[in-house]
Amino acid sequence: MKVSELFESGKFVVSSEIGPPKGVDVTGMMEDAELLKDRVDAINITDQQSSVMRLGSLAACKLLKDRGIEPIFQVTCRDRNRIALQSDLLNAAAFGIENVLCLTGDYVSLGDHPDAMPVFDLDSVSLLQAASKLMEGRDMSGAELIGTPNFCLGAVVTPCTEPMEPQVLKMEKKVKVGAKFIQTQAVYDPKTFENFMSQIKHLDVPVMLGIVMLKSAGMARFMNKNVAGVHVPDTLIDEMDKAEKRSDKSIEITVRLINEMKDMCQGVHLMPIGWEKKVPAVLDAAGL
Amino acid sequence: MIISEQKPMEEVLQMMEGERGVFIVGCNGCAESSGTGGKAQVAEMKTRLAEAGKTITGSISIDVLCDKALVKTRLVRREEQIRDADSLLVMTCGIGVQATAAVVNKVCHPACNTLSTGGAVGEWRGSERCAQCGDCLLDYTGGLCPLTLCTKGLLNGPCGGSQDGKCEFEPEVRDCGWILIYERLKKLGRLDKLRELPEPKRRDKAQPPAELRTTSRWALEQRDAS
Repeated sequence: MKVSELFESGKFVVSSEIGPPKGVDVTGMMEDAELLKDRVDAINITDQQSSVMRLGSLAACKLLKDRGIEPIFQVTCRDRNRIALQSDLLNAAAFGIENVLCLTGDYVSLGDHPDAMPVFDLDSVSLLQAASKLMEGRDMSGAELIGTPNFCLGAVVTPCTEPMEPQVLKMEKKVKVGAKFIQTQAVYDPKTFENFMSQIKHLDVPVMLGIVMLKSAGMARFMNKNVAGVHVPDTLIDEMDKAEKRSDKSIEITVRLINEMKDMCQGVHLMPIGWEKKVPAVLDAAGL
Repeated sequence: MIISEQKPMEEVLQMMEGERGVFIVGCNGCAESSGTGGKAQVAEMKTRLAEAGKTITGSISIDVLCDKALVKTRLVRREEQIRDADSLLVMTCGIGVQATAAVVNKVCHPACNTLSTGGAVGEWRGSERCAQCGDCLLDYTGGLCPLTLCTKGLLNGPCGGSQDGKCEFEPEVRDCGWILIYERLKKLGRLDKLRELPEPKRRDKAQPPAELRTTSRWALEQRDAS
């Protein structure tokens, strides 16, 4: 099922993210996926998130698909040239994977193989172009395909970055070349999000609000310092600092953020980063 | 020596679409040796642009265009001619185009593609400024090269790793190349450029053509380098 069909039906779409393990034991990952199966519309599988080498997104998406769980296949441009990227898109289609999220990818220095060769033969926009072309039955060189893939393409945007205008201009391009839904980087400030949504109101594309669940005040400070485009306000850091039970507070804050911003957008994308088991509690409290 | 080739005239005119007045800048260094931007080529370009209905507000040949300080002092004397022009056509390598674009607040169109810098950075020291990609896109980016300024060499704007004008890779010391490009284009009134969809980079063009590599000039270059 393509997530675009859900948006078309007017549904407020909920997705959550799972990072595959570093290794081949998928027990934990599948447990998390099963737990989320009936609670979210789709599960994003990250592609070597933060440039940390692990089980690939494609294999994990296939495992989910086999259990009847709808995956969103995340594809970055960091590790593959245009031949491998197009081939992996065909691989995904052959496995029946329909939802594809196209990203540039973090730089290699952020991960555990900083000595690796960064590729970036394509970027998020040209990857979307390539995927759209595959859907028209041709590859980037113009050669005809035997059998045409049928994807629902998605893209990402970082709303809380300064200056905002270049991000908006790039998002325009992404929509123009085929993005049918947008997931955002983590947002913690409803005012900034409101401003961002007003800047993109000319774009006819559903937007899913991204939230990384805060696990501690330290984690929030770390993100503020090290993750571009993520800003956790001091008030939330204070709340986490003073919380007696961090997980309860995390759930409370996540729910509050969803409630404050859900009317501004068409869906929510949760990034629990290891706290996948707490997602149902968030959705219960948010009434989703 | 930096080896360049002239872009097809069709592409040059396409970059100048909608413009009337143009100021031509040539280079007496490598571009003259390459036969792409010396005095003879500047004269020839003047004729061709006039034939295409353009007004040449002036022209200059500088030794050498990769020397940013020199370019500035020479162009300052032609301020009026440059002011009267809609744009500058810069007939040299990518380094020279970037040096020129850095000192004038005007659109600078690259007339050439840089095929090989032979390891040279020109007289504008400090860092690699031209990726010798063989298909110069400095027109699209306001005279700042995304291949050398953006850590990822992106062609369509900043990634999510850009924050407060800095790059996620070494934010303390590295500017986000695409924010520099955005600010330059904004200053030039050309933000519409950021709506364009460039073709993915043709990596095969980064290799100088085989015909060039069989010339005696190329052989001499290699000998010099060793």
